[in-house]
Amino acid sequence: MAPVLSVRNLTTAFKTDDGWKSVVRDVSFDVNAGETVAIVGESGSGKSVTSLSILGLLDPKRSRVTGDIDLDGRNLLTLSETDMRKIRGNDIAMIFQEPMTSLNPVFTVGRQIGEVLIRHEGMSRAAARQETLRLMERVRIPNAQTRIDEYPHQFSGGMRQRVMIAMALASRPKLLIADEPTTALDVTIQGQILDLIKELQAEQGMAVLFITHDMGVVAEIADRTVVMFRGDCVETGATSQIFAAPRHPYTRALLAAVPRLGSMTGQDWPLRFPKVDMETGAVTPQPAVVGSVAQGGSPVLSVKGLVTRFDVGSDLLGRPTGAVHAVENVSFDLFHGETLSLVGESGCGKSTTGRSVLRLVEPREGDITLDGYDVRHLAPADLQRMRRSGQMIFQDPFSSLNPRMTVGQTVAEPIVKHGLARGGAARARVAELLDQVGLPAAMMDRYPHEFSGGQRQRIAIARVLGLNPKVIVADESVSALDVSIKAQVCNLLMDLQERLKIAYLFISHDMAVVERVSHRIAVMYLGEIVEIGPREAIFGNPQHPYTQKLIAAVPVPDPARRGLRRAASVDELKSPVRPRDYVPAVREWAEVGPGHRVMVA
Amino acid sequence: MPIYILKRILGALPTLLIVSVLVFLLQKLLPGDPVLALAGEERDPATLALLREQYHLNDPLVTQYFRWLGGVLTGDFGISLRTNQPVLELIGQKLPVTLQLAAMSMIFAMLIGIPAGIIAAVKKNTLLDWIANIVALSGLSIPNFWLGIMLILLVSVNLGWLPASGYESPLVDFWLSIKTMLMPAFVLGTGLAATLMRHTRSAMLGVMSADYIRTARAKGLSTSEVVLTHSFRNALLPIITLSALLFGELLAGAVLTEQIFTIPGFGKLIVDAVFNRDYAVVQGVVLCTAVGFLLMNLIADVLSVIMNPRMRSAL
Repeated sequence: MAPVLSVRNLTTAFKTDDGWKSVVRDVSFDVNAGETVAIVGESGSGKSVTSLSILGLLDPKRSRVTGDIDLDGRNLLTLSETDMRKIRGNDIAMIFQEPMTSLNPVFTVGRQIGEVLIRHEGMSRAAARQETLRLMERVRIPNAQTRIDEYPHQFSGGMRQRVMIAMALASRPKLLIADEPTTALDVTIQGQILDLIKELQAEQGMAVLFITHDMGVVAEIADRTVVMFRGDCVETGATSQIFAAPRHPYTRALLAAVPRLGSMTGQDWPLRFPKVDMETGAVTPQPAVVGSVAQGGSPVLSVKGLVTRFDVGSDLLGRPTGAVHAVENVSFDLFHGETLSLVGESGCGKSTTGRSVLRLVEPREGDITLDGYDVRHLAPADLQRMRRSGQMIFQDPFSSLNPRMTVGQTVAEPIVKHGLARGGAARARVAELLDQVGLPAAMMDRYPHEFSGGQRQRIAIARVLGLNPKVIVADESVSALDVSIKAQVCNLLMDLQERLKIAYLFISHDMAVVERVSHRIAVMYLGEIVEIGPREAIFGNPQHPYTQKLIAAVPVPDPARRGLRRAASVDELKSPVRPRDYVPAVREWAEVGPGHRVMVA
Repeated sequence: MPIYILKRILGALPTLLIVSVLVFLLQKLLPGDPVLALAGEERDPATLALLREQYHLNDPLVTQYFRWLGGVLTGDFGISLRTNQPVLELIGQKLPVTLQLAAMSMIFAMLIGIPAGIIAAVKKNTLLDWIANIVALSGLSIPNFWLGIMLILLVSVNLGWLPASGYESPLVDFWLSIKTMLMPAFVLGTGLAATLMRHTRSAMLGVMSADYIRTARAKGLSTSEVVLTHSFRNALLPIITLSALLFGELLAGAVLTEQIFTIPGFGKLIVDAVFNRDYAVVQGVVLCTAVGFLLMNLIADVLSVIMNPRMRSAL
């Protein structure tokens, strides 16, 4: 049987100031009907460009696509733009990564799905509406009857991705291209969307080209896998074979670098990620972070009954109609040299908790003691001094550095501002700090755009280290990085902890990374901590149903264990917005083991 | 929605009150004595005192303000010192003229500026984009009075197509009214069209690189559907706000253009009033303009709420 899509020697080049630069070179693969092929690779590997080349969505003035892209025997590269328009959305449909921005905000979802039916199936408006309703029900959007007339902003991320799927499947395409469709979603939602795509694929017999950076997702969904590295296809084969016996060194390196949930069983201390050579695939295990936590000391950060709410809405008199209960009665201690991870899904309040303890947002209630400072009742001058003890590293390494300041200026700014050093002494200190995070001091005079994501995150860490903080709040600080870089930055954080006895409040949704770096873990749900305890207790003996669900939802990078936990539930994350007169429930806790506490009611 | 509009109107009241205080004080701070202007050649102290008494100019400032405000609220803007006509009547005569000029200018501006902006954005960095930008730059930099005089010379004097100046009410002779207003509206409109074009272009460029436009293209929609429906509908939001504000500015009158085409509008009224220290008229016109501006702001906000589903559901 001939493949639905056959790509031969695909080469895509972009016009740059220095002439044409190829970003995808000589890539060939097939996708058969009913089959799922994954293209996997890190950022810059050319995987998304490959998908946009297939659909002809690149700007023809600034890109050049050569080779053969055959869809059912027709070479798409020879078709006119008018003919391509009949293919797009009809024979080939695409789902994109960003559910929040991929739908037009000013049109109802019903209209946006119906558009495809009117355009490709020639339906009348009334018929299209009927079919749209059916599709929305098919992708299990609850209350499709009323939601069809709602706008994208009224849908959650997972539901928007369901809308995108309904839109993509409207004209029963032969090929579905899914470009990182679950990357922006929470793990529990990710599982549901993957299930839905598989189910619809079986029903319609379509071919799926799945683009992802996540080896767990690949193992979960793909029959065959194409591994891309810097524009080249380095390995193609059956997914089970690629996982069991990777041939190319890069594939081996990629698999070795993936943090695996459960790999820490039996380990007593946070364990550095193994060093992986991306060229040779050689793996060198690294030592654990032993004994960084001071025994029997008092906590460096102590939080009791923290409440942070944000008012929403306003009535005729300008009074708020309700509030987002972002953090509700949260208490925990953090000791010198310890890593406490806050985990949970979007909107659970983990980031707000991190910001509240440093008073980057103003908490409503509670006591916060940080390195002896009573954080909530500090005068402005003392607040400034307190910031030497508690610092924060943010998620986005691209927007959290000022593009108009050199790296040296960026790293020196807090040192000078706090009067720790100036002039030549400050410069010397910056050189020392850059060295500590593994960057040559000579890079001081460069600007952030000259650095990669991982390097920028190192710069952000150097900036924070200048004040000798005792506590660092790391808010999803490694989430945006590629696996190999993620491992390096995590190792750097662990090195610094061992050497400087820094305590981390490590905020993350990535359970596998959390398992690797944490001493203790607190699981947050709807603004509250539902379970807190030592890392091995949380992962080995999770007590709260939400903790269990969260751990179970993480995709396992092992094709042999695919589909072990299928449940076709349609969950949405609940909203923490409450009316003005809402009284939070009084909670009861149970002690499960030493330091392991779980909310029971 | 009615509650939102009510809230916005209530919110505008303090602004209006502050404007009224400023308007009232402004004329008190201006140099020159209105009584002297009124008395003309007469310099007899007794006459001047009598006039002062008659116009309550000896009362404390606060009393004068509240007397004036009370009058304004009941529709009494006072009497023009110069012409002895009630100010409200003067405004009533000039307002329709200014409104017509503003409306026609705005139509010109939108008809030229918005399509030019869309074309420039879609054909970015091509000859068309360059031409649109050069025309826009010219529209911004050519002074209105020069363009006006040149048009009069060409269209009226040489070709004799349109009347060179004057004003005719559309209620008396509709077509003549439109014809007389055509040139001044065009002159005023070109400058605004340039502003609109630049803003439309950048709004369209912003929208067209959005993820949802990629989605629309991936659905196989035609270029016109992608540009005019999916893109323009989103770019429209900032354009509406800008248009309403530009219209508000037009309400203050266009002094130069009105002078060149001898149109009896707000611009001429306020200039005459200032030269004659005709305080009541200055106050009335400025207040009227301020109300017009606030009203346009309100309309802009209500329109954006109507056009933007996200704001609509946040109400």
